[in-house]
Amino acid sequence: MNRSKLTPAALRAQLQQRIFILDGAMGTMIQQRTLDEADYRGSEFADWASDLKGNNDLLVLTQPALIADIHRQYLQAGADIIETNTFNATTIAMADYHMSHLAARINREAAALARQVCDEFLATEPHKPRYVAGVLGPTNRTASISPDVNDPGYRNVSFDELVIAYMEATLALVEGGADIIMLETIFDTLNAKAAAFAVLQVFDELGYSLPVMISGTITDASGRTLSGQTTEAFYHSLAHVEPVCFGLNCALGPDLLRPYVETLSGISSAFVSVHPNAGLPNEFGEYDLGATEMAAEIADWAQQGFLNIVGGCCGTTPEHIAAISQAVQGLPARQPKTPDHSFHLAGLEAFSVEW
Amino acid sequence: MRQQARFINIGERTNVTGSARFKKLILKGDYEAALDVARQQVENGAQIIDINMDEAMLDSKAAMVRYLTLLASEPDISRVPIMVDSSKWEVIEAALKCIQGKAVVNSISLKEGEQPFLQQARLLRRYGAAVVVMAFDEKGQADTQQRKVEICQRAYNILTEQVGFPPEDIIFDPNIFAVATGIEEHNNYAVDFIEATREIKRLCPYAKISGGVSNVSFSFRGNDAVREAIHSVFLYHAVAAGMDMGIVNAGQLTVYDDIPLLLRERVEDVILNRRDDGTERLLEVAAQFKGDGSVAEKVDDAWRSLPVGKRLEHALVKGITDFIELDTEEARQQAEKPLHVIEGPLMDGMNVVGDLFGEGKMFLPQVVKSARVMKKAVAYLQPYIEQDKAGGQAQGKILLATVKGDVHDIGKNIVGVVLQCNNFEVIDLGVMVSCAEILRVAKERNVDVIGLSGLITPSLDEMVYVAKEMTRLGFTIPLLIGGATTSKAHTAVKIAPHYQHGVVYVPNASRSVSVVQSLISADAKPPYLARVTEEYRIAVEQHLRSRPGEKMLSLSAARDNKFQLDLTKVAPAPVQPGVHYWQDVDLQQLRDYIDWTPFFLTWQLSGKFPAILNHPEVGLEARKVYQDANALMDQMIQQKRIAGKAAFGFFPANSDGDDIIIYTDDSRQTERCRLHGLRQQLALRNNAPNCCLSDFIAPVGSGIADYVGAFAVTSGFGADEFAAEFVKVHDDYNSIMVKALADRLAEALAEYLHMQVRRQYWGYAADETLDNEQLIRELYQGIRPAPGYPACPEHTEKGTLFQLLDVEAQIGMKLTESYAMWPGAAVSGWYFAHPDSKYFAVSKIDAEQVADYAQRKDWDLATAEMWLGPNIR
Repeated sequence: MNRSKLTPAALRAQLQQRIFILDGAMGTMIQQRTLDEADYRGSEFADWASDLKGNNDLLVLTQPALIADIHRQYLQAGADIIETNTFNATTIAMADYHMSHLAARINREAAALARQVCDEFLATEPHKPRYVAGVLGPTNRTASISPDVNDPGYRNVSFDELVIAYMEATLALVEGGADIIMLETIFDTLNAKAAAFAVLQVFDELGYSLPVMISGTITDASGRTLSGQTTEAFYHSLAHVEPVCFGLNCALGPDLLRPYVETLSGISSAFVSVHPNAGLPNEFGEYDLGATEMAAEIADWAQQGFLNIVGGCCGTTPEHIAAISQAVQGLPARQPKTPDHSFHLAGLEAFSVEW
Repeated sequence: MRQQARFINIGERTNVTGSARFKKLILKGDYEAALDVARQQVENGAQIIDINMDEAMLDSKAAMVRYLTLLASEPDISRVPIMVDSSKWEVIEAALKCIQGKAVVNSISLKEGEQPFLQQARLLRRYGAAVVVMAFDEKGQADTQQRKVEICQRAYNILTEQVGFPPEDIIFDPNIFAVATGIEEHNNYAVDFIEATREIKRLCPYAKISGGVSNVSFSFRGNDAVREAIHSVFLYHAVAAGMDMGIVNAGQLTVYDDIPLLLRERVEDVILNRRDDGTERLLEVAAQFKGDGSVAEKVDDAWRSLPVGKRLEHALVKGITDFIELDTEEARQQAEKPLHVIEGPLMDGMNVVGDLFGEGKMFLPQVVKSARVMKKAVAYLQPYIEQDKAGGQAQGKILLATVKGDVHDIGKNIVGVVLQCNNFEVIDLGVMVSCAEILRVAKERNVDVIGLSGLITPSLDEMVYVAKEMTRLGFTIPLLIGGATTSKAHTAVKIAPHYQHGVVYVPNASRSVSVVQSLISADAKPPYLARVTEEYRIAVEQHLRSRPGEKMLSLSAARDNKFQLDLTKVAPAPVQPGVHYWQDVDLQQLRDYIDWTPFFLTWQLSGKFPAILNHPEVGLEARKVYQDANALMDQMIQQKRIAGKAAFGFFPANSDGDDIIIYTDDSRQTERCRLHGLRQQLALRNNAPNCCLSDFIAPVGSGIADYVGAFAVTSGFGADEFAAEFVKVHDDYNSIMVKALADRLAEALAEYLHMQVRRQYWGYAADETLDNEQLIRELYQGIRPAPGYPACPEHTEKGTLFQLLDVEAQIGMKLTESYAMWPGAAVSGWYFAHPDSKYFAVSKIDAEQVADYAQRKDWDLATAEMWLGPNIR
């Protein structure tokens, strides 16, 4: 693949022009296929000692056609950016399956697979950009929260361990052909700071930078991340990464997420992305919010000027993405705030002093 | 050119070099008390806290990391940003790896030259921190105005031009040195700082100025009044010159205007270096102003000197019972009538509690503690009031009861306490109260509202029955419905149509107050009920229209789509067949198996355990309840106040359609009894199978010898009695706690027993190793569905279970007429061992299945409809 690298500046220029569409859920789409243990294992891992059902990222290796098909459906629905199926593909999260050593390979293959599907579409519609966002998930451990009630000072993962894991994943995503690096579903900002640290180290080593997207998760109506930060505190704690885009995703549907999107849009000097869930899960763990309703709420966000990139998280389907894509078509892109040299620090809450 | 924001206070007490007390705590390893120092700084108004562990006797890096990780779990402290204060780069870097927010590093400098400075600055940027740069270069620390300005400007240029550091994130510390030391060269130090500040702010746009303020008064150690005055005067001038922030003792800043004129003038002479004899002249007057000025160490019992009304309010809000009788007595002596104490100061205090609770500033456990204080005060006054013979005038009278057949009362008790807090008279009839009794007492005592509670599904029908009876008997007072299985939809669809004078669903205790208030007021009641009626009309409509996509299969179609069992994976025969009993379970060992999340929900603190302990809003309260819970549990277990028992066994079984046949023995010739299953009839997404529990057992004729298990456990013996002891001393908090903990232990016992069954007794997963979190997430093989819960929602099957295990005779647990278990803290269920068995919800079934079930159970249709009511479409 000899395409030229997407630079942060080039992506920024495009985001000035129109609202970009991100894809929808991967996990719940995979769930719909009701794969069994054998499907997950494929032939390569038929004899693997631990259970593999639920290891969705592994499907990149064992069921690549299925993952490619989901990517394809989203591109057909109008997505400009698709996310690699690598949410858990770090040595840390893969340890649950005793597959840490496969993390790099999964990232590389996942990026290559997504890139390949994008290229199919580019061949027929060369005017429409199709980018691959290489996903760095939050891992299943938190650097800010103790898993042991009796010892609030205990941590089961360190910053340095996270940096090592994320560097490996980032490098593999870039090698596989990711155009963008995306830190998403951030529930502990310290994990994300480690991820960002890793990404910037990798860019240094490569000698060039890709655009970075950062997307946090407000876990409930308290308006906080799992590790306790408000939206503003979260933003200021990661602003040093100078990402192309700051956003929110997961946990909530568009109705409950709205106030935080508005907050973020009001302060962000980066572009703003959102990919909400299709509502909250019902008592059967399913997401009920229909494509039309979701698109209506999102169209209103776009009208209010909150948005630059929008897609869907858990429970969303190609149908949702198509509806959202249609709903925001022609609506103006949000313009980032001009930095004003105000002074910001953050604990769990933001501390800001205007200049 | 700039709008000067307020001066930013940086708390200085969490510094081993600046605070002897803090240093002692850290060296002793008393981190809890050391955290309190930080907390006090924040409470006293520190907007950033400076943390310094640079002490020769200390592993500074380890102490910093330990302190910061602990601090991260204290949301009332970690809400503010942190300033990492160290002269050691490795300490700084280790600290930044523990901080999720955007911190300030204090400090780096050009002391070792440009290379290390550049490298450190680049890394700080990568960690996302702002930076304090000390006015220090290769030649040394800057003391004069000119050197300060020169070094800061050089650093500014390097940072902004070579590193790309945002200028607003650069903070200069141009060094505050002590004045009035008696050494002449020191006299101009304050002026040098102030003037350098002015100049740096002009030359370095957006950069900020900070400094360690207490240095300036170093020579007046021991005279805090004078030191505070010096700080105040210094800041007054430095801030005017552009100083943005400073490290100060946030509790110890006097206001410039409040300093006595004489002192202020003498201090100003020194700070501004206005006369050569300034130091001597300040020393002259210093002794007059000597004071310990220990404002920061203010003792917490300051409230004891407030007027008695305020003391009562404080005790109520903070839940302090220590002085309540003393204060109540004092208030009684001052009052015309003892009743006035209740109507006056005590109710005023409870109103404050009510308001704080309503605004979300107090949490339920605190309110219950407040109620405990209130009850103690009222109990103290009771004899005087009776002497006085004046009946109390409560807001209204509420009757509460858990309905017939149900023994669950935690939620009801909480509602009772909350209502009493709000000055309602509560008549609590307890549990398993018959409809006739409820209505008799309601009439006799002339109550204003009846509240019904229930947890198990048959209670829903009992509530419908109460509503019908109220209509028949001509009642006109409103009926409240609450409890875990109740819902707005059920109330609207099933209960409200039977009673015209108001049926209101109350989702939680905090809502009960506003609901009852609306119902008691003659003015508010009609519009409120009209609104509820309208709400319910909509709820009914929604229910009728609900889930239009929901298709129901015929019973035969559902059976055709049953779950296909993999017969090659049927679990082996039990290692220890037959029935087993544990008569005295070691409850202590169960503590590790407790799932605490539901416990916090009982207290309306929602969040997952253990994360809830660090929750920014409810974390503090959650930790308190958790601590109280563990202390009480120590007592319950060590003093054997409650006892745990278990019965469990394994039975040869095969499935026959939706039934499971249990045989008398392994020859499988004679049926002992049948378990009657219900099958999912709703069409499921992706054509998922329509499950029935019998699907998880190998069918008759398969030739496979399969088994089903059963268990019944309780940890509730003694719990009612223990809870009653607390009620007697007006301590609802602990009474509710006892029952909530017994419930948790019963669930833990069920979890523990299931594990023992998997590993030993049935033994199909002998080498399983899971931690508690994994157990809670049910990552093991097999399930233990409970009759009355979604996979087997019909309660009378519990009768079969109790017979199979001979539960009542062997361990003393009983079933009520509604098939609720006694003692209330109990769990029973079936064991299925097949690896593919899973939990599901039967959900809605149609008339055909009801008829089929009636036939299988040998019931008439009406009986079947009654027991299956909640599931009938």
